[in-house]
Formats: sequence, C-alpha cells, structure tokens
Amino acid sequence: MATANDRTSLPAYEEKLAWLEAQEVAQPGEQRSRRLAVKAWNALWPKLLAIAIVLAVWELIHLSGWKKLIFPAPGPTLANLWDQLQTGQLWHAVATTGERAVIGFALAVVIGGFIGALVSRIAPLRAGVGSLITGLQTLPSIAWFPFAIILFGLSTTTILFVIVLGAAPSIANGLIAGVDYTPPLLLRAGKMMGLRRLSLYRHLILPASLPAFVAGLKQGWAFAWRSLVAGELLVVIANQPSLGVLLSTYQDQADMESATSIIIVILILGIIVDMLFGVADRTIRRRWGLTGAV
Amino acid sequence: MVRQGNSITITGQPPAVESVTDVTGSVRLASVSKVFGRGGSAVRALDQISLDVPPGEFTCLIGASGCGKSTLLNLAAGLEEPTSGEVSVSGHVALMFQEPALFPWLTAAGNVELALRAQGLGRAERRQRTTGLLDAVRLGGFGGKRPHELSGGMRQRVALARALAQDADVLLMDEPFGALDAMTRDLLHDELDRVCAGRQLTIIFVTHNVREAVRLGDRVVVLSSRPGRVIDEFAVPIEHPRRIDSAPVAELARRITDRLREEMSHGDR
Repeated sequence: MATANDRTSLPAYEEKLAWLEAQEVAQPGEQRSRRLAVKAWNALWPKLLAIAIVLAVWELIHLSGWKKLIFPAPGPTLANLWDQLQTGQLWHAVATTGERAVIGFALAVVIGGFIGALVSRIAPLRAGVGSLITGLQTLPSIAWFPFAIILFGLSTTTILFVIVLGAAPSIANGLIAGVDYTPPLLLRAGKMMGLRRLSLYRHLILPASLPAFVAGLKQGWAFAWRSLVAGELLVVIANQPSLGVLLSTYQDQADMESATSIIIVILILGIIVDMLFGVADRTIRRRWGLTGAV
Repeated sequence: MVRQGNSITITGQPPAVESVTDVTGSVRLASVSKVFGRGGSAVRALDQISLDVPPGEFTCLIGASGCGKSTLLNLAAGLEEPTSGEVSVSGHVALMFQEPALFPWLTAAGNVELALRAQGLGRAERRQRTTGLLDAVRLGGFGGKRPHELSGGMRQRVALARALAQDADVLLMDEPFGALDAMTRDLLHDELDRVCAGRQLTIIFVTHNVREAVRLGDRVVVLSSRPGRVIDEFAVPIEHPRRIDSAPVAELARRITDRLREEMSHGDR
C-alpha cells in the first residue's frame, strides 16, 4: 500500500465515505405530518379532559347547594363570560392590563438583564448583591405596594414599579445561572479561537446562557403577572378600567358570575403567555439538540 | 494569546533556557515542569520535559492516562503556565479536543465562520472561506446542519474545519478521535492526511492509541506516567499513504507498545 508519497490518493476513500454518510445521516420521516397530528392530539386530550373534570367538579359543588345564593354555577358564568366578551368594556380592560404587563415586563427584562450581566461578570458585585437578588426573588412583591404608593401615589408608575421588583430578580438570576453554567470546554474553545472580552460575551457566553435566561423570563413573567393583578386590585386609578378594577367592582356589586368570568380571563391570559415562553424554550432545546425528539 | 507571526514565550519561575529565535510553526519545550496544588497535596504532572517540534512536523505524544498529555497541550496552547522551564511557540495555535466542542446554537457553517470572524475577516471572505473549509473536510452539503444533527465523526470534521479556519501554524490535537468508532476514526485519519497535505502545519497529536500514533505521525514520543517524562522517541519512516492495519505500522506499533509496557511495569500500574 505504501506506493507513492501522496497522501491524497487513497483508493477506497470515496466508497468508504459514501458508506459512512449513508450510515450517519438520519433519514427524515415521510410520515412526518401524520406524526405531528398524533403528537398534537396526545398533547391536547389530557388538557381537554382536565377542563372537563374542573367543570364537572364545579357543577357538582353548585348542585350540592353549598352557599347557594352566592356561589356561581358554571353554565351561567360561562354565558356571562361570553356576554362580556361581546362588550367593549372587557376588551378595554384587557388592553389596559395588557399594556401594563408589556411595559412592566419589558422594563423588568431590561433592568434584570442589565443587573444580571453586571453581577455575573463582576466578582465583588456578586459577593455583595448575589444573595440579595435571590432574597428579593422570594419576597412577595405585594409587600412593596405600601412603599410604592407613598412614593408614586395611586398611579400606573406604582404598578409598574412593583412589577419590575417582582420580575427583575428572577430574570437577573436566570442570566446569572446561564453565565455560570456556560460549559468550560466551550469557553476554552472560544478563547483558543481568539474570542476576547466583548466578543467572547456576545458570541459565546450570551448565547450559551439563553436556555437559562428563557427559564428566568418564564418565572419572571409569573411574578410580573401576579404583581400586576394584585396592583390593579390595590391601586384603583379613575377612568382606567383594568381587569383588576373590573374584578373589584363586580366584587362590590356581589356579581359573582361576572367576577368569576374576570378571574377566568386573567387565568387564561397568564396561561397563554406562559405557553409562549414554553414554545420559546422548546424551540431552543430542539435547535440545540437538547431533546430526544426532533 | 497569540496572533499570527508573533512569537510568545511563557517563562516559569526559574528563568531557564534563553529564548531561541524560532521559525514560524515551531514548538519548543525546555525542561518544563508543571505542578498542580502545593505542599503535601501537590501533584507533579510534568517533570523536566523537553520537546522540540520543528515546523511542519506531525508529532504524536503517547502514554498511559496520567502522563500529563493534556497538560502539555494546555501549556503549548498558552491556557496554562509552566511551574518551571520554558515554553515557546511561534505562530498562531489552534486546539482540538476529544469532544468536538461545537457551539450548539450555530450551524456547522456558523461554527466555522465564527473562527474566521474572531480574526476580523469581512463577511464576503468569511462566506467564501467557510464553504472552502467545509468542502475540505467533505461536508460541503452540511453547512446548514446543527451539530446535533450530525454524527460524531461529522462533528469532529466540523471541529477540524474550525481549527483550520483559525489559520494556525500549530495545531494541537487532544485525542480528537478517541471517542469515535474504529471505522470512522480510520476515515478521519485519511481526512487529516489529505487536509494537512496542502498546508504547512505543525501538529502535536495526543493519543493513547499506539497504532493511531504510528499511522499518523512523523515521530512518536513516548511519555511516562506520574510524573510525565519523555522516555523514548520513535521516528516513523513509513511512506504515505499509510494504513492502520498494514504490516509496517503494526510492526512499529508493537515495538512502541513493548516499550510502554516495560515502562509501566516499573511503575505501580
């Protein structure tokens, strides 16, 4: 075999390579769309079943006659919700609350992201405020309202302030965790490649932190949404019908069907946004090959 | 730590040999020792190692686990500093690991391109060179795939393309094919031969597979374990193209294995 001093002319090379490639590359399934439909159904039926069980239990409680005068029945409540969906008032409230959620959460992302980026890279800062951030995360953000109301009065600023304090610590912690768990091997590879300081951050550490950061966003959203609804119940601003204001108004009128409808709306909105983060999380995992299913 | 053409010298506590003016692509270790930890728990990973690799040579380092092979590469890569002795490497260094260490959020092409980007190349040139490099490792059609969509062998080929993209004079390889099956490894040996043929690359290749060392290297350096020392050297006067299962390769591998066994019987293993 040692014929010429030529490393390129290896006889069986092409065949070997072709054989290998055939072994290596996974064949994409032809029944992909059918598999997708099955997958969608598998994801859907437990949810439908769960909803049916909740409605059934609700109906049973109603039928048992417990607090009959004020406990709403599922049928009329859902009808009430349907009616409310036809009115401008509910949509107006959803818009007001939604706007606060978006602004508050965006502020929390910017502030939490900034703090997380600083704390993760500067050791003394981490030693100083690292545990404080975790502490803030566990502090119920509703505890900030008395303080915020004195500072900003009964205003949207107060609500936004509390949303940021509720959500930013989780978001900062998510980023810090992501930076901490950047695989050392990738860091070595990046450094050998010539990535330094800012470029190392931009091309390696930040993308590597993305899954943990999204997990932080998801948790931050849950805190933001809670703070927002609590804030709207506490901080009633005139001429701004929000979901919280509607809820407390119906409570004052002892209109339990309408109040329950609003609770359902708040629940559904929270779930929808949480699902969006879930989709983002799964997309990242799939693209990175962190899940078994492709 | 190194930019092309520049020469770096890392010197440990007792300044040892005076720096030699090196040719680009040469690697020189002069009585290098590396001790981890201090006091009673200190571990001497490398002991007075001297190694001279001229430009363009393919040197294989072989030894049992614990011989400080990886430490030696880290020293040459500038990722660690020697406790004593002198490491001088002229030219730019690239390092390949046993794992591909590709970035999972980038495609195969993106991984290669990032190495070019780190050197400050423009967009158009990056595109063009990425295509060329992927073709060079025969992954022309796979640039758009993400690492997890590729097999182990293909990933390691992307890692090779990425290492080549760094336009290094010295390529350090830390058991790069150790995790692959024999058939894939065999193919990658051919691949490495072919890719290196057109380039003036100095390679230090660490492995514990004696046949692989003989199959690839111009020279095989045998290290002892705990602490790592150079105990022997074998030139490999076998012509290319070589086959890992050929008689001359097997014969030399047998001699080297005997030497390793002899060494290990002295030790506690």
